[in-house]
Amino acid sequence: MSAVIPDHLHDHHHPAPGGLMRWITTTNHKDIGTMYLVFSFIMFLSGGVMALTIRAELFQPGLQVVQPEFFNQLTTMHGLVMVFGAIMPAFVGFANWQIPLMIGASDMAFARMNNWSFWLLPPAAMLLIGSFFVPGGATAAGWTLYAPLSVQMGMGMDLAIFAVHIMGISSIMGAINIVVTILNMRAPGMTMMKMPLFCWTWLITAYLLIAVMPVLAGAVTMILTDRHFGTSFFNAAGGGDPVMFQHIFWFFGHPEVYIMILPAFGIVSQIIPAFARKPLFGYASMVYATASIAILSFVVWAHHMFTTGMPVAGQLFFMYATMLIAVPTGVKVFNWVATMWRGALSFEPPMLWATGFIFVFTMGGFTGLICAIAPIDIQVQDTYYVVAHFHYVLVAGSLFALFAGAYYWLPKWTGVMPSETLGRLHFWCSIVFFNITFFPMHFLGLAGMPRRIPDYALQFADFNAMASVGAFGFGLSQLIFIAVAVRCARGIGQRATARPWDGAEGLEWTVPSPAPHHTFETAPVLR
Amino acid sequence: MSAHAADNRRLLVRLTISAVVMFAFGFALVPFYEKICEVTGINDLLKPDTAATNTQVDESRWVTVQFDSNVHDLPWRFRPQQAAVRVHPGELVHVAYEVANTRAYAVAGQAVPSYGPQLAGQYFRKLDCFCFSQQTLEAGETRTMPVVFVIDPGLPAEVNTITLSYTFFEVAGRRTSAAGRLPAGADST
Ligand SMILES: [Cu+2]
Repeated sequence: MSAVIPDHLHDHHHPAPGGLMRWITTTNHKDIGTMYLVFSFIMFLSGGVMALTIRAELFQPGLQVVQPEFFNQLTTMHGLVMVFGAIMPAFVGFANWQIPLMIGASDMAFARMNNWSFWLLPPAAMLLIGSFFVPGGATAAGWTLYAPLSVQMGMGMDLAIFAVHIMGISSIMGAINIVVTILNMRAPGMTMMKMPLFCWTWLITAYLLIAVMPVLAGAVTMILTDRHFGTSFFNAAGGGDPVMFQHIFWFFGHPEVYIMILPAFGIVSQIIPAFARKPLFGYASMVYATASIAILSFVVWAHHMFTTGMPVAGQLFFMYATMLIAVPTGVKVFNWVATMWRGALSFEPPMLWATGFIFVFTMGGFTGLICAIAPIDIQVQDTYYVVAHFHYVLVAGSLFALFAGAYYWLPKWTGVMPSETLGRLHFWCSIVFFNITFFPMHFLGLAGMPRRIPDYALQFADFNAMASVGAFGFGLSQLIFIAVAVRCARGIGQRATARPWDGAEGLEWTVPSPAPHHTFETAPVLR
Repeated sequence: MSAHAADNRRLLVRLTISAVVMFAFGFALVPFYEKICEVTGINDLLKPDTAATNTQVDESRWVTVQFDSNVHDLPWRFRPQQAAVRVHPGELVHVAYEVANTRAYAVAGQAVPSYGPQLAGQYFRKLDCFCFSQQTLEAGETRTMPVVFVIDPGLPAEVNTITLSYTFFEVAGRRTSAAGRLPAGADST
């Protein structure tokens, strides 16, 4: 993508540094957005390699590829890398590129802080990945870092804690920037209820981030002091309680899953109306649904803990509160379907991904509802059913929406239309292989196969072989996207007009494609 | 842009304060959960059970209680004085464990009890136990520590044997400072 933007540097009054220094010192929201997206894609590939190693080991029963200790490190790091390295920074990248363009602002509110939030990430990633190479290896306590395991691990755990600290600070800084930009920098006439839904979902996500990332930082700080400074927050021998870690972690953890899905809802809510050529059905209800999901997310955390010996009254409360979230989520799904209803639909790659998102994400939502039922959850706790559930909402949810958004806005970012053939191929390979990978996991989980174990009983062999084949297919399909992105960045393909999708609405389509380095230096006027 | 600068800064300060408050809130959850557990009685591992008033001793029934001891990364010798006792439910029973510090410095430890079968835990009422507080042993010190318990007569009929197992953990970083926490009578044996 770097090849496209420098042309526009020269029509500005101050000379920008060239080469690497340009990227290190940049305060431009578009540059920073690009760096976030590239970084998250690299992390996505690294996390993917870990996932494929896991699936290679699980292809057959017995131990063939890796040792159990390393397997545990892989499952842990796959989770941490994908959540904190891939999905979250990717959405921040979208926010950086799109929010100023969508609300008619010239840049983010704190451009210098924006640069810092990004450049905190590579060192954090290096700490995380580098922890594989320290004595004892990376942390193997699971991405949830449950005590007492996390209190006992080797120094890989300390590196992971520091990485989480740094990435948390980066997220909080990014979130503050987004809130201030959206609240203060909107073009005149852009009232809150006229704002594109992507900005709304990100505003609410940013508030969630500010509220819960510090709690995670606190939880891992407590682990750190338990490990090295003689405190006993989670150490039963010193009067602490390991279950308390789970309470504090999931107070962060459940809002975190909405941090990873609300911006996805926003992207899909931009794309569906554009390709249905109809305004979004129920805009206001979408805003209220997003806000209710965010608020409810604070009172459901213990649905991850039904098997910790909670009183029945507690189980019932968390079960019903969780099921309540299905209501605003259902409102959203019905609104998307109603937007498509009798629309002039066309299925270019962005719309394919968005429709695929609705279909597969809803399946993940339903299995979530099943997991929310306490008596069933006690059966499926820590089985592959849960693995299937959260991959349906995180891969088919967040990731598919990210690809939808990438295909939708690549013309604006690069000035080149992404290849339609490759885009379709990427989508169909992804959705088919995704389901081959994760659908059998429902059966494995219901039959009792535990997660995070490198070996399994013989009766699980067929479904595991199937899932592994699917996983390699899915992983290789993602290389198609590299081809798409590189072609766009190199300028290979059809030139994009300012508004390449004829149904697309919004301020970002009023600037030329590719978007000039500086946009909306004088605020646009809205009708 | 500069027109927004003051507003932006004010919002930045507020949001930063919110983030710091939420960091503190994470730590505030610790006493909060402890309070909830205390009020609801969910987690009272370290508190004596109250003796049931006018407990009937069920003379018609024998229960075997086996004793087990473990140390976790602790240079202590720790063993029960008796391998097992046969008791009637409802009967007040006194047993003792012996512990010796084999190291040349004082070490503080905390014993954590567990029961087999797990279900028996709620019928096992400990009126006195060395596990209710941390124990600090001087270099080479040996100590005999009592456990006083009653088996609740409500113990399900199919449970005939209960194993009471203790594991001593070292209390990290508190090797010398825990002396003040010792229960009266436990330091003179
Ligand atoms: Cu949850």
